[in-house]
Amino acid sequence: MNFIEARKLVHEYIRRDEEGNVESILTALNQVDLDVKQGEFVAVLGHNGSGKSTLAKHLNVLLSASGGTLWVDGKDTENADNLWAIRQNAGMVFQNPDNQIIASVVEEDVAFGPENIGVPTPEIWKRVERSLKSVGMIKYREHSPNRLSGGQKQRVAIAGVMAMEPKCIVLDEPTAMLDPNGRREVLDAVEQLNKEKGITVILITHYMEEVVRADRVYVMDNGKVVMQGNPRSIFSQVDTLKSYRLDVPQITMLAYELKKEGFNIPEGILTRQELVEALCQLY
Amino acid sequence: MSIILDKVNYVYSEKTAYEIHALKNINLKIEDGEFIGVIGHTGSGKSTLIQHLNGLMHATSGGIYYNGQDIYDEDYDRKKLRGRVGLVFQYPEHQLFETTIFADVSFGPKNQGLSKKEAELKAFTALRSVGLPEDYWYRSPFELSGGQKRRVAIAGVLAMEPEVLILDEPTAGLDPRGRDEILDQVAKLHEERNMTIILVSHSMEDVAKYVERLIVMNQGSIMLDGTPGEVFAHYQELEAVGLAAPQITYLMHDLRKRGIQVPGIATTLEEAKEAILQAFKK
Amino acid sequence: MLRDITIGQYYPADSVIHRLDPRTKLMAAMLYILSLFVFQGWAGFAAVTLALVLMIALSKVPFGYMVRGLKAIAVILIITILFNLFLTPGETIVEFWKLRITWEGLKNAGFMAVRLTYLILGSSILTLTTTPNQLTDGMEKALKPFNKLHVPVHEISMMMSIALRFIPILIEETDKIMKAQLARGADFESGNLIKKAKSMVPLLVPLFISAFRRANDLAMAMEARCYHGGDGRTKMKPLRYKKADIAAYLLSAGYFAGVIALKVLL
Repeated sequence: MNFIEARKLVHEYIRRDEEGNVESILTALNQVDLDVKQGEFVAVLGHNGSGKSTLAKHLNVLLSASGGTLWVDGKDTENADNLWAIRQNAGMVFQNPDNQIIASVVEEDVAFGPENIGVPTPEIWKRVERSLKSVGMIKYREHSPNRLSGGQKQRVAIAGVMAMEPKCIVLDEPTAMLDPNGRREVLDAVEQLNKEKGITVILITHYMEEVVRADRVYVMDNGKVVMQGNPRSIFSQVDTLKSYRLDVPQITMLAYELKKEGFNIPEGILTRQELVEALCQLY
Repeated sequence: MSIILDKVNYVYSEKTAYEIHALKNINLKIEDGEFIGVIGHTGSGKSTLIQHLNGLMHATSGGIYYNGQDIYDEDYDRKKLRGRVGLVFQYPEHQLFETTIFADVSFGPKNQGLSKKEAELKAFTALRSVGLPEDYWYRSPFELSGGQKRRVAIAGVLAMEPEVLILDEPTAGLDPRGRDEILDQVAKLHEERNMTIILVSHSMEDVAKYVERLIVMNQGSIMLDGTPGEVFAHYQELEAVGLAAPQITYLMHDLRKRGIQVPGIATTLEEAKEAILQAFKK
Repeated sequence: MLRDITIGQYYPADSVIHRLDPRTKLMAAMLYILSLFVFQGWAGFAAVTLALVLMIALSKVPFGYMVRGLKAIAVILIITILFNLFLTPGETIVEFWKLRITWEGLKNAGFMAVRLTYLILGSSILTLTTTPNQLTDGMEKALKPFNKLHVPVHEISMMMSIALRFIPILIEETDKIMKAQLARGADFESGNLIKKAKSMVPLLVPLFISAFRRANDLAMAMEARCYHGGDGRTKMKPLRYKKADIAAYLLSAGYFAGVIALKVLL
């Protein structure tokens, strides 16, 4: 069985009037199938309001489904007994770094998760140290989060999740409020956790450049999964992506434009080096 | 019409342990009708700079002249200045407060002392010019999407009919389409009304695509000032301070290194495409 | 004015008092405050002064830093002194117009001033040497017996520590909202009281909405990190009494007994 398996997952936000009659139904997730293997780096792409954040919240059982099934780490999310085990194993990092740091000292914040699941004190210290090291924030352990940069705060949030020793982290637009340097810091940290520690990563984003690092990409629109594949195959479909209010990285776009002009360039160019090589062969 | 900054310095928490020299000896002239991009790191002083332009922050030393008038003069009406140099902050959530979008956009002109009718007329024009469909106007601003909220925030400032419009990272957090829509709308304001626009951004690709003049801030000083092409030609200096030119510009350098003679400095997709086509024609 | 309040501001230093358990410090501070209301006469005054001087010396917090906290209560202090000075009946020293100063009044005013000043200084030693987190931890543990009376002790202390974290964030946010509205020509200063109150609406609405949003986000983030109340929680930094704490308990108990003895015997 896959680490995450969603079958025909449905989520409806139902709005009722004062008498309890249904006023409107918004289908945020519509028959979503999702498969993520242990150790994979999967990106979920979609414009604002496409349902990607709703999906993320299901993976951590912060929301429960209106229909369909979702299994995380071999456990059914419908079964209330599995709640804490799933939350511990599929940690979650949110968009706004300020609104997820609970303590006034970095190391105490990282300890918050382990404290909640009843880890003994000496073990908490070890975990805090290990997780802060894994995101390169160990020298800030005694600092107040208020004086850190956005990228540093998000890395503290990631360390807070890592300290629960999860098998998977779900990141819900972790870079949307950061500047380019902060964005890079966070993605480097995430990539490292995936490559070196084998942590399964699910990255929810609308930044195309971030998707390039993933093993596989799901594209969502209107609550449905509309495309899936590796980054190269996704980015070779420029027009389809545009129809979903998305974009491709600038280099990919240039390659696509040149191809339209008759250049014989392979599909789905992702990096500058690839385009340089392709052009040199034609020159 | 112009804005002139003469040796402007700004120091936060002067004479304490937390003293920060946020602006260092800034000399700058902004001409009427320019489309300017300001880039720099968080903490480079760019936010401090734009808050000086409409008089929200008061320089520690130096002078600022709007249309030749010293804005620090005792009898200069700085409240009026804020209506002429409109500043839209990064998060629309920090300014939306009324029950309807229309009422919210009328807030600015009402503060300028206009009658209800005049203020509403201005709100009407402003909402039109940001392209928000009319059936939204009497809804609550809090029900809108991120991109729509930003339009309303911009309209809220446009309703004061400013001569200069400053936007602080208007696209942060928007998806690609939302980003293009906002920036296209801003570019339209510039073209149709010849409005002076100052766009603060983190995205090199965005500024390269839209602005005519680019100012790079670093550690409280103006590091580079010129057309995007001129500025990005200094890509090595930009990298040294942790910034970077657009990927396109690097591509051009890489191609030249490999012997493909692409002409000029391309900073946008269209320019790069043209340059490559030309190189291959030969 | 707000900046002058030293209560609640931690002064980092490495002193005997800094290292004490927060519960010990809470208890000692309480005993000291009690002693201020119990003591009588010059011998008692000497005892409370000596105790204060000793604590300040041990805390390694600069005296000047501590005295700054008094500015905040200067007005209350002066009013109390004046009331006591003029309104205490007794043997008259001077009399002018309708005012009368008595010996008793002078004595009362003097002791009242001492009590208030010492009270502020004594409690600021507690807050200056204890981080806010330690303080809430200490309160949580010290108040644990009240849990049996269905007082949600853990929840209260969790709320306090979250408030401590978010106060600076909300202050910064208020500043940003204010600037955004000023840029739209808002005026927060001129006009009468009603107009001023009305001008706060554009500031307060975005602030409240943002605060609710943050609270919502935070609740979700806490849930995602398996927070489910105080049951079964462990601590990274559990409170444990050390030898110095026992000594401090004995000392403060001895001191308090001494002050009472002075009152009863003299």
